[in-house]
Parts: sequence; structure tokens; C-alpha cells
Amino acid sequence: MNISPSKIISLLFFIFSGFYLYTAHQIQVFAFDEDAAFNAKTFPIYLGYAGLLFSALYMILPETKPSNVDLKILDYKKTITLVILMILYGLTILRVGYFLSTSIFLVLSYIVLGERKWIWIFILSFPFVALFMYLLHGLLNIYLRDPFLQLIGIMG
Amino acid sequence: MIEGILIGLETAFSFKNLMMVMIGCFAGTIIGMLPGLGPMTAIALMIPITYGFEPSTGLILMAGVYYGAVFGGSTSSILINAPGIPGTVATSFDGYPMAQQGKAGKALAIAAYSSFAGGTIAAIFLLIAAPSLSKVSLAFRSPDYFGLMILGLTAVSAFSAKGHFLKAMMMVVLGLMLASVGQDTLSDIPRFTFQNMNLSDGISFVLVVMATFAMSEALTIIFKANDPTRIAKQISLSQLGSIKLDKDETKKMITTIPRSSVLGFIIGVLPGAGSTIASFLAYGMERNFVKDDEKQKFGKGSVNGLAAPETANNAACSGSFVPLLTLGIPGSGTTAVMLGALLGFGIQPGPRLYQTNPEIFWSVIMSMYIGMVILLILNLPLIPYIARVLATPRTFLIPLILFFSVTGIYLMSFNNFDIYMMIGIAVVATILRLYDFPMPPLILAFVLGGLMEENLRRSLLISDGSWNFLWDRPLTVIIMMIILAIVSWQIFKSFGRKN
Repeated sequence: MNISPSKIISLLFFIFSGFYLYTAHQIQVFAFDEDAAFNAKTFPIYLGYAGLLFSALYMILPETKPSNVDLKILDYKKTITLVILMILYGLTILRVGYFLSTSIFLVLSYIVLGERKWIWIFILSFPFVALFMYLLHGLLNIYLRDPFLQLIGIMG
Repeated sequence: MIEGILIGLETAFSFKNLMMVMIGCFAGTIIGMLPGLGPMTAIALMIPITYGFEPSTGLILMAGVYYGAVFGGSTSSILINAPGIPGTVATSFDGYPMAQQGKAGKALAIAAYSSFAGGTIAAIFLLIAAPSLSKVSLAFRSPDYFGLMILGLTAVSAFSAKGHFLKAMMMVVLGLMLASVGQDTLSDIPRFTFQNMNLSDGISFVLVVMATFAMSEALTIIFKANDPTRIAKQISLSQLGSIKLDKDETKKMITTIPRSSVLGFIIGVLPGAGSTIASFLAYGMERNFVKDDEKQKFGKGSVNGLAAPETANNAACSGSFVPLLTLGIPGSGTTAVMLGALLGFGIQPGPRLYQTNPEIFWSVIMSMYIGMVILLILNLPLIPYIARVLATPRTFLIPLILFFSVTGIYLMSFNNFDIYMMIGIAVVATILRLYDFPMPPLILAFVLGGLMEENLRRSLLISDGSWNFLWDRPLTVIIMMIILAIVSWQIFKSFGRKN
């Protein structure tokens, strides 16, 4: 038996809505508010039921317009690598600093996607980020913490 | 009203704001031109920058980006038959055949003049309609607002999801669920925070928009191994032909523009309908209005066939500002992003905006018109050069979009948690998009979540916990009947298709 991916997503949403509804019931409201017509958990409880209803309807009713996706043509390798690069970017942005982490993220992303024009890879990373930082920090007065630039004495 | 218009003109014509409209139109044209990246992505990428400005300046920049993106979308439709946004799909029906006949310059000029005329006529309608509607909307009560919000969400789900109504409704619920994270506005009780301090203020609107649009669009392009710029590399962008129109072409446009403007504006005002439906309806209507010999040219490079959807989609853009500015309820995904940005500035749009912040109300309307003029006199002659952006390799384009998205959220929060959450939401959104779960209903629901809960709270407290408020007032009853009609129509359509 083939179950369509959209129905599997609906099933996951059904489970998620069930968890949301359970958590909504656990919200601690003030004692005097417990029997009020509306308190902090009223709206989330309705939402939980709505989520259960729509996902159940999608699972039960026949699909009128199934979404056909050819899983073989999807580029998992590049997509997952880019996501990992973004996570590493997020991890280093505060510790290493904006300039170095952003420039390295851009260089690696260009390479992962198959770019080999090294001059453009360089221009659109280190000098580009430096210019962007100048725009933010110098012109728009938006503070960017950068331990690396502080270490080498470029930033105060 | 005259005083308000003068305030608006003064604000819109300040040097800084004029520069913002120009930058907005230019940036919007470039981003909107890239297939797959529409006005919502363009505006989302601008939000972090706008927070450094005054509200009116920020909103003027976003309005410029909106119009620029719609214009950019038309350009890619005409030149490479790859509409940047759904609202310009109908433009490609006759625009692309004209380009293939060596009349790309002419097609771009027709698109630009029609957009200008449609936008101008609609801006005048907006100028007249918005203040009057603001006064009318003062009669609206909490139950009516609650009903209107459900109507907006249902309509967006019905119209934007192309046969995936239930999927869209799931996205609405998911958007509302995401909006419920954080402290309850009235009691300050934490909800769904799981003792994580980073969640106590709720999930940032910019984060959700960036993740579900900019970032997930970039990831989808890579995931599906699409290269939206491939076709652009195969055509010569420098040989677009003349942009001058002859008498016959001008005459045809003069008859098309007024009727398409009226239709576009009306459709734009309706919640959820937006520029896509307006452009398709205008195309269909125009085909019925023209003579038989012109009818034969439709789909093969008809001037009327190109002018009608272009006029209507721009008129619909202006029309979509009516519910946002007068009721504080966005009727489309793009205006929902704008509402989110306005709330970020601490401004609550609605009937009183007209009185409390006249400079914002009027300067936005004025800047729309200035944006039209800029698009016509600046962007049209520059199109052969701007169009070169279409040939930007995706190997550079995608990392730059991801970089702008991460930077945008980093500048707002300066913490890693938000970056991780954005990546997580973007990955989920990419998978959902793959199976046609639409994102605009999610954004609209996320933006409306707080307002919806507030109005439901008031309604239930006034009616002592009873749901009678849904049929106590004639206005609420009418709204609920329209919602029922939309839902019934969707069910009927689903079963009709199956049988």
C-alpha cells in the first residue's frame, strides 16, 4: 500500500497538534482565572482541536490533487551540506566574529554549489563582507560584535 | 483630508524618503526579477534594515520594494517566460511571444506604461476610498474583527492554495500555533516556552518570514536542482528592440487600462484574492471585450492581452492596502508582511491610523504614486542593464540570499538560538513547499494570531463565554455567511473534481 507523502505530513501534523493540545492544557493559569470565559489557554486549546480536525480531514478524505515529486531528482547532498554550513555559521558568528565567519561561509557555499571562478569567489566574500560591514557599522551605526577584528586591532 | 494629503506629500517628498522609494524600487525590481523570489521575499530581506528608520520611511521603502518586485516579475515573465511571482503569470501569455518576435523592448514598455496607469488610477481610488472606509470601519466591533480575520485566512487559503484548501488550512493553524508561543499578552503567563528564556518574547516575525520565504526559497531551488537563470544566459539581453509604441498600440492600451484598473482594484480590496486572480480575470475579461480579429492574437503577442493583466496586477497591489490601512487586517501575504513590520515599529494600523498617524497613512499612499513614476522614468530605460541580473549564476545567488537572511536575524537578536530556529523552520518549510503546502496562509495567520486572540477574548468576555456573538450583529452574520460560502464552495469544488 502506497501512502502519499502529503498524508504522512498530515499524520505528523496530527501528532504535533495532539502534543500542542496536551501542552495547552498544561498551561498554568491564575486560580481566579481558571473558570473565566477566556484565559491564557483558551485560544491554544481551540487551535489544538483545529489542527487535529484539519489534519484528520486530510488523512480521511481522498486526495483530489496529489502532489507528485520525483524524489530521485532532488539534490540531497548539496542541500544538506548547505544546511550544515548554515548551522556552523550560526555556531561561529558570535565566537569568531561576523567578518571571518560570514566570509568563510560564503566561500564554502560558493564552492559547495560548484562555483570555481576563484576571483569572483574572493570578491564576493572577504571584500564584499567588509563593504557590507562598513555599511552597517560605519553608515547605519548598527553595532556588530567581532572578536577577530578586535584581536587584530581593526575594530575598537 | 487636504491637510492629510499635504502632510503625506511633505513626508513623501523629503529627500530621504525620495531616496528610499528609489532604492526600494530598484532593489525590488532586481529581487522580483529573479524567478522564485517574489515581493514577500524582497520585503522580508528589507525588514531588518528598515528598523533603523522612522516608521514612515521604513514603510515607504517597503512600498517601493513591493512595486519594484511586481515590475521585476513582469520583466522576467516577458524576457524568459519565467514569472518571478504568480501575479505576473498572465503577463507571460502575450509578453513572451512578443519578445520572441523581437519586440521585447515594446513588450516591456507596454508592461511599464500599463503598470503605471493601473497603479496611478488605483492610487487615486485608494486616496478616495481609504478615508471613507476608515470612518465606516469605526463601526466594527470585536466580533466583526474576529470574523473578518477568519474571513481573510479562509479566503487566502481558498485562493492561494490552488486546490489544496485543507493543506492551506493546516498552514493557517500552524501559523497561529507559532504565534501563540511566548508570554500571554494580558496575563504574562508563559506558553509553549519549555522554560527557555529565548522563547519568552515569542518567535520573531522577521525570523518566520525570512525562514519561510527567503531561506526556504533558496533551499528549494538547490533541493529541486533548478537553475532559474539558465534560460536567461541563452538570450541576448542587449537586443531588446525599440521601446517606442505606435498609435495603434497606444489606442489599444487606452481602451484596456481603465476597465482593467477598476477590476484590479476591486479584486485587490477583497481579502485573499490579490494580484494573481486580478491579472487572470483581467486577461479573461479583455479577451471577451475585444473584437474577433484581436481575439485571435491572444496568446500570440496581443497588446491588449499584455496590457490587461499588467494594469490589473498593479491596481490590485494598491487595492490590497485598503483593508490593511483601514481595518488593520491584511488581505494578502505581502500586506501581512507589511503589517508585521508596522507592528514592529509599534504602530497598529486600523481605522484610527488615519487620525493618529496621518503622516504614515498619507505618505504611504503618496509614495506609491512616486514609486510608479520612478519605475517608469528610471527603471524602463535601465531594463537592458538591470535584466543582466537574470544571468547571475545561482552558485552566487543562493549563498548571498542565505547570508542576507542569517544576517537579518542576527542583527535583530544577536544570539545563536534565533539562527538555529530560523534554519529549523526553513528546513521544515522547504519540505512542506515540496508537497504544495502554501506559505502565505502561514504568514498571514502568524501576523494575525495575536489580534485574533485579543478580539476573541473581548468577544467571549462581552458575551459571557457564549459563542452567540457570531450571530448577534447583522455585520458579523454577513461575514460568517461569506466564510461559510467560501468553505462550502471549496468542498463542492473538491468533490466535483473527484467525480
